[in-house]
Amino acid sequence: MTSTLVRPLGVLPMADVPRVFQRRTADDIASLVGAAIGSLAFVWLCYTLILPFSGRMGFVACWYGLFLAMYALVTSLSNPGPVVRDRLASAILHSAAAVVLGALASTVIFTFYRGAKALPHLNLFTEDMAGVRPQDNLKSGGILHAIVGSLIEIGLAVSVTLVLGVGTAVYMTEVGGRLARVVRTVVEAMTALPSIVAGLFIYSVLIVALHVPRSGIAAATALAVMGLPIIARTADVVLRVIPSGLREASYALGASRWQTVWRVVLPTARPGLATALILGVARMVGETSPVLLTSGSSTFLNVDPLHNAMNSLPLFIYSTVRSGEPTAIARGFGAASVLLALVLLLFIIARLIARQSVGRR
Amino acid sequence: MQPAELDLPRELGGSRSPSDRIFEFTARGIGIMVLGITGSIGVFLAYQAYPTIQRYGLGFFTESAWSPDQGKLGIAAVLLGTFSVAFVALFFAFPLALGTALYISEYAPPRFKSTCVSLIDLMAAVPSIIYGLWGFFLLQPHVIHVSRWLHQNLSFIPFFKVETDPDAAVWAQTRYTASAFIAGIAVAMMVLPMACAVMREVFSQTPVGEKEAALALGSTRWGMIRAVVIPFGRGGIIGGTMLSLGRALGETIAVVLIISPAFVIKPRILEVGTNTISGLIAGRFGEATSTQLSALLTAGFVLFVITLLINTLAAIIVSRGRSGAGTDI
Repeated sequence: MTSTLVRPLGVLPMADVPRVFQRRTADDIASLVGAAIGSLAFVWLCYTLILPFSGRMGFVACWYGLFLAMYALVTSLSNPGPVVRDRLASAILHSAAAVVLGALASTVIFTFYRGAKALPHLNLFTEDMAGVRPQDNLKSGGILHAIVGSLIEIGLAVSVTLVLGVGTAVYMTEVGGRLARVVRTVVEAMTALPSIVAGLFIYSVLIVALHVPRSGIAAATALAVMGLPIIARTADVVLRVIPSGLREASYALGASRWQTVWRVVLPTARPGLATALILGVARMVGETSPVLLTSGSSTFLNVDPLHNAMNSLPLFIYSTVRSGEPTAIARGFGAASVLLALVLLLFIIARLIARQSVGRR
Repeated sequence: MQPAELDLPRELGGSRSPSDRIFEFTARGIGIMVLGITGSIGVFLAYQAYPTIQRYGLGFFTESAWSPDQGKLGIAAVLLGTFSVAFVALFFAFPLALGTALYISEYAPPRFKSTCVSLIDLMAAVPSIIYGLWGFFLLQPHVIHVSRWLHQNLSFIPFFKVETDPDAAVWAQTRYTASAFIAGIAVAMMVLPMACAVMREVFSQTPVGEKEAALALGSTRWGMIRAVVIPFGRGGIIGGTMLSLGRALGETIAVVLIISPAFVIKPRILEVGTNTISGLIAGRFGEATSTQLSALLTAGFVLFVITLLINTLAAIIVSRGRSGAGTDI
């Protein structure tokens, strides 16, 4: 886990910088490109014209396999075995990274591509779904209620988890003691809690046992319960890597513990804390399963978290996509684009804050 | 666990100022409160699980049907489904995460490196429902061809059996949809960045001196990776994989979007219909009576205990590895 991966202070291996590897030679590039083109041509000829195969996935798989074989063959003409293995491994590792980044790109592009049908209709952002049937065209109805519901639920959940999470982290790192170790163990254990189980817990305690109606407040509680261990743990990791020399310096100047925490530890940790918190919030915004169990889904705009059902973006996406109605699915993808844009925005803010902190030091 | 062992903070004595006392009191209060909230979940789940386990006994783990009206209730089928989805996810996520982590730490040009790290972090932040949509709408129409191919050519392996004729002129496409295989691929997208981040973190701590030594002895870059980086990061590779396994077991929405629920013990991962514990909870909580609810809570408790065990084991493995214990060069 990340906390254990933190390098011990006092070991400064960054002093020796690794040398830059030699650039590729013309031979390297030629064999790579040659193998790629040769295998493509060969597979195209065999796969589509001679053998009775079809399907894009099979084509790409055959091309890739043959490319590796050809690349190895071409390299082995002029290089010894270890070099051939090195080239092959390099090709495989590069393609693994390309597949992963490609998959990420395809997810983002696909969501916005499918959302493009609903997004240009501005009523998507200004109207709710009250009185609008799922199959009605995209000119009527919108997701305002889901956006507002998401913001309210997240706002409530974050305001609780922020105080409790950071407070717990401060307690675990700055106050300490035997009880703090118990708290840390339990909090770390609870990060393993699947979000649906957190939702089920709130459902059976608040809604079934205490008869709280399905509402925004129930959903916010479920999100808070799910997010609390995550935020407390990441904040703990951030606070633990603050050099104890800074605290010592503060104490040496006569500061009290509270002053040290407020004036030294928290300001030093601020960029790290902000990044961790924003990423935690991004995770909570997109979480569907706790909301699915606790909020109920309304079709109308509801700004009162205490009464009546409240919809949210993930829940809206989930219910529209499962309806099977093409226009409803288009609307669902519109909501998915908004959700993804929100997460991207949070992520970019987190990155900017993190970068600022690096630049300042 | 304090990172700095060289300069230990001195023991603070003497009287404390009022502000300090308030601070400590408040911090301790928050800590106890959080302990109460988080701890109560575990206690509550265990408390709810007890009567169910008492009533159904070990049959709860061996019965596959979930029909509380007939008094037959068990998680054998959903447990198997949970693990088959998770293992399909790991089958795809593990090599890709390892390859990407090695690429980022060893091959990526310095300027591209931080972009890559950010992109992997972004991948972890993308909501799971988006991956569910991606798997259902974009992936499924393509993957059923792969499923059919696997069925045609590898059906001697019991996992790849599907109860239909793959060579029929009009093959039954719907038999290959909504399977554990497709759900597993979507879950792989979700757990991959987690595994990749842990692995990369460990690889990046490989002592530069040892890497340089391998290169100086005439090793190729791959030789250096095999001789230095992978042995050094073994703890991170295993630990990161197990952490992502824990996450994969608990994943709900992407799975629920893709699979069609079925309560039979089915090791045939390519075939339509399976179910997971989280899928069971999401599907059945609405109409549950109080006894059924406690049965669902028991299922949730079992899931939680499994993920907790896996995460704890992963944390121990990550910290045990050489990479956790500083470097000696």
